[in-house]
Amino acid sequence: MKRYIARRLMQGAILLVMVAMIVFFLGRLTGNPVDLMLPEDATAEDREAMIKTLGLDGSVLDQFVIFVTNAVQGDLGRSIRMKQPAVEAFFDRLPNTLIIIPWALLLGMVAGIPLGVMAALNRGGLLDRFAGTVAVLGVAMPSFWLGVLLIFVFSVELGWLPSSRMGGPDHYVLPVITLGTFLVAGFMRITRSAMLEVMESEFVKLARIKGLAETTVIWKHCLRNALIPVLTLWGVFVGNLITGAIVTETVFAWPGIGRLTYEAVIYRDFPLLQAVIILKSILILTINLGVDILYAYVDPRIRLA
Amino acid sequence: MAVVDRPQSALPAAADTPRPFWRSLLTLRGGAGVRRTARVPWIPIVIISVIVVMAVFAPLLAPHSPIDQTLRDKMLPPAWMDGGKAKYLLGTDHFGRDILSRLIHGARVSLLVALLALTAGGGVGLLIGIVSGYVGGKVDAVLMRLVDAAFTFPAILFALLLAVTMGQGLGTLVIAISLLLWASFARVIRGEVLALRQRDFVALAKVRGCSTLRIMLTHILPNVLNTFMVLVTLNIGVVIIAEASLSFLGAGIPPPTPTWGLMISEGRGRIAEAWWVALIPGIAITLLVLSVNLFGDWLRDRLDPRLRQL
Repeated sequence: MKRYIARRLMQGAILLVMVAMIVFFLGRLTGNPVDLMLPEDATAEDREAMIKTLGLDGSVLDQFVIFVTNAVQGDLGRSIRMKQPAVEAFFDRLPNTLIIIPWALLLGMVAGIPLGVMAALNRGGLLDRFAGTVAVLGVAMPSFWLGVLLIFVFSVELGWLPSSRMGGPDHYVLPVITLGTFLVAGFMRITRSAMLEVMESEFVKLARIKGLAETTVIWKHCLRNALIPVLTLWGVFVGNLITGAIVTETVFAWPGIGRLTYEAVIYRDFPLLQAVIILKSILILTINLGVDILYAYVDPRIRLA
Repeated sequence: MAVVDRPQSALPAAADTPRPFWRSLLTLRGGAGVRRTARVPWIPIVIISVIVVMAVFAPLLAPHSPIDQTLRDKMLPPAWMDGGKAKYLLGTDHFGRDILSRLIHGARVSLLVALLALTAGGGVGLLIGIVSGYVGGKVDAVLMRLVDAAFTFPAILFALLLAVTMGQGLGTLVIAISLLLWASFARVIRGEVLALRQRDFVALAKVRGCSTLRIMLTHILPNVLNTFMVLVTLNIGVVIIAEASLSFLGAGIPPPTPTWGLMISEGRGRIAEAWWVALIPGIAITLLVLSVNLFGDWLRDRLDPRLRQL
């Protein structure tokens, strides 16, 4: 188990170095990094200072060493627009995103898993086809458009729910639906195929032969085992949610890290964007690592492979 | 490309995907009983054809300029609503630009980006998949690590980074979306090649002294083309949504060129006064993606049913 964790940590570290290199080189390759890092009204002294601190008069390798040294110490540059360290801006906004992600996951599971189970039980029936439609539509609709549509229906026309910013519980409804819809389709599909597979297995037949009630067989024997592949996808889903939050938070003016990413892009705030990308990578890698370790802990076949 | 019809009995029985209930409505022949043969999805094909024709002949078909502003006619509702004008069938936006014309020209961008990104990203994935699967060993190990890495890391962040550092434009957009695609192509193609490598005709080619490159090009490549075509079709929707999302986030083709994502982005702030500006392009995206996905499902069932698990 320790060896498995060590190996995964190593892989994560390599990946992170790759991300840092890509961010660094994209920042240097294109013209003048000073222009990318400083506001347009920067003075000549500001430019001199920037060249000094980033070692821009030295070789690229030296510059990279400075970049990594600063990054390890938690310095990823100053946001041009927000006039504060980019890392600080990120951590100020992070809680606002972390607060909606569990709700979106919950929505995906609460709606998706039972729908998947019922679709599997009703294979080929009306409910199965309804579930299939949900899955196909969930993939075809761009989530930012779904958000705009929800605002139009529930905020503008019906006036039931607020359309933007944070606030009371009613502010959560539309962003969570927008963010969680693709998960409903995802959880539904996986649960359905996992259920179909488990329902064919020997131990389910045995449970039936023993004369157990059908509900016990379905919900206790089948679903429990079908949930294993569902849970492995958690890591992937959380990663998707973090990137999905970019458009969702943009639509709902939700002050999280997704909206921060959008602001960094439209205001061409390169230091902020580079910090956001590196920190988000760390976040996603950590979550994936956590899920993998948890899964290896539950299923010995994985850590031995 | 050799399109080999597999006998229907070769279809795996267990691994099916849910069939949307209205799919039987969308197809012309047969009822619930006669679902053995995959029916041709005519309605999706018609929708795709209409949009392709729109894109190709955009300047001829669009009733107005997609860019010129007519401020006198701004925010007019669609023609069938009160206050709409017949000459603006789907209404106008806040600059008085015709929504229908922008929609028609926007189809161009979506399809052009899809074509280029699928050629570039899919091509790279195909190449890596073949090399990785056929050469094997250390090359395979390294390439597959890269594929794993690409899966872990969200490509949309790279796309945004590229847009800021390299500037917005078609080239940046195509590179960014290709980065999103290559890994999944490489992984599936590699799997196919691993199976092909064991086949007798490959062994025979080796015995006859064919070089590795020759075997990959003349024996492996033609046999994965079906899979490749299926992957391309199934990914058109992914690309269209990615392009729209990037345009929406201000990292796509820069304005004033009309794109569907940009239209939604421009319209969403005025949703209370003019819903058509933001909602109509989204309907277009959903219809197109739905159609290519249904068409892709059908193509997969025809050409390569083993890919159903995807």
